[in-house]
Amino acid sequence: MTKLSLFLGCIIPNRYPGIEKATKLCFEKLNIDCSDLSGASCCPAPGVFRSFDKPTWLAIASRNIALSEEMGRDVLTICNGCYGSLSDANHELKEDAELKKSTNIHLGKIDKEYKGTVDVRHIVEFLYDEFGPEKIKEMIVNPLNLRVALHYGCHLVKPSADRQLGSVERPTFFDELIEATGAESVNYPDKMACCGAGGGVRSALRNKSLEMVNHKLSIIQHAGVDCIVNACPFCHLQLDGGQAEIKEKLGLEYNIPVLHYTQLLGLALGFSPEELGIDLNVIKNDEFLGKMKEIRQE
Amino acid sequence: MSDPNVLKILQDAGIDVLSCMQCGTCSGSCPSGHYTILNTRRLVRKARKNKDMLHDDDLWMCATCYNCQERCPRGIKIVDAILSIRTIAVHEGIMLPEHRAVSQFMLEYGHAVPINDATKVMREGLGLELLPETVHKYPDALEDVKTLLRSCEFDKLVKD
Repeated sequence: MTKLSLFLGCIIPNRYPGIEKATKLCFEKLNIDCSDLSGASCCPAPGVFRSFDKPTWLAIASRNIALSEEMGRDVLTICNGCYGSLSDANHELKEDAELKKSTNIHLGKIDKEYKGTVDVRHIVEFLYDEFGPEKIKEMIVNPLNLRVALHYGCHLVKPSADRQLGSVERPTFFDELIEATGAESVNYPDKMACCGAGGGVRSALRNKSLEMVNHKLSIIQHAGVDCIVNACPFCHLQLDGGQAEIKEKLGLEYNIPVLHYTQLLGLALGFSPEELGIDLNVIKNDEFLGKMKEIRQE
Repeated sequence: MSDPNVLKILQDAGIDVLSCMQCGTCSGSCPSGHYTILNTRRLVRKARKNKDMLHDDDLWMCATCYNCQERCPRGIKIVDAILSIRTIAVHEGIMLPEHRAVSQFMLEYGHAVPINDATKVMREGLGLELLPETVHKYPDALEDVKTLLRSCEFDKLVKD
C-alpha cells in the first residue's frame, strides 16, 4: 500500500481537531502507513493566495510537497481545499519545466528542492482506490443505521481535467464509501451545489455566503436526515458554524449534526463520538449523540 | 481598452474568452449568482471586449465551484479567467480588506487560520499535542515559510 504523509492544513488542527484525531484513529485501525508531515504550513488556501499571486502559491505549495518528497511519501490531504491547491500545483510543476525551475529558485533560498516525485492524494479518493467499499464494509464493527446527506464539496471533483474521479454532475464513489458504513446516502436536490465558503467568499462576503449555505441546509432539512457528511473542513465549518450564524442573523434553526467522513467511519469502526471529537462541533445535537450510544450498545 | 491588457494576459494563459458565444450556461450554473450580483456571462463579455473590469465588485463573489468551467460548451476555463483577473487586480493594489487580513495571518503564522486558545483546550481534551505538527510547532519551519514569502515579495503585495 502507498506510504503517506498527513497534511493537516489550517482549519483541522486549528479549529476542528476532532477531525485530526478521527483520521489518526481510523488509520491505526485500517493499518495505513501514514506519518506526520512535520513543519508543513498552510497549503496555501486557493481562494486567496492562488488568486493573488501564482509564484507565491507555487512556492508555498511546493515546499509542502518537497517535505513529503524528502520522506519518500505521497501527500495525503483531508481537506478539499488543500487537495485542490496542492494537487493542482503538483500537476502544473510536473508538467512545466520552466515553472519548476523558477519555483525552485525560491526554494533554493531555504535549501529545499521540488523534484516532482510524489503524488497528492485526498482521503476519500485514497480509501476508494486502495481499499474500496467492500473491504471497508468487512472492517465495520458498528453498522450505522443512519440517513446521511452527503456533501461532496466542489474541489474534491472539480476542475475535473486534473482529477480522474468520473462524473462531476452525478459522482457515486463517495456515496459508496458512506454506504459501506451501513448508512444510507440520501439523494436530495442540489446535492452537488457549493456550500458558498470557497473563493474567499466566506471571509469577505459573509452574509452572501450564508445565504448560499442556508439554501443547502433548508433542502437537507426537508430530505430528513440524521447528519451531514463531508470531507472538507472548510465546508464543515460553513455547514456547522454556519448554522449558528444563520440562527443569529436569520432566526432559522436547523440543528443538523455535521461529520467529516473520518468521523463517520470512526463511529462505524467502534470509536465513540467523544473520541472522534464530534461533540466539539458548534452544533451539539443530543438526539444524534444518543442514537450513536444505542448503536454502540447493540 | 483596459490597462493592463486583460484580454492579452488571458489569451497568453490559454484562456480563450474570444470563443464565448454568450449562451449563459455559466450564469445559469452559478450558485453565487443566485444570491449576488455576480453575472458570469457579463464578466466574460467584458473580458472579450477588453473593458476595464478590475474594480468590479462581482470579481470577488465567485466561490470557485467550477460549475461554469465544467459546463461551458466552448470549454472556456472561466474560473481560471476570474482568478487571473483577480491576480491582475491585486497587483494593481485592488483587494478586499478581509483578504488582506488573511494574507497577513499567513505572513505572521504560516497559517491562513492560526490556532486559538479555544482550540488548544479541545486538542488537550482529545489527547492531542497542544500545538499541531505544523509550522506552529517548528519555528525554523515558520522562518523558511517567511523567507519564501519575502522571496516572492508577497509581503510587499499585501502590506497596508
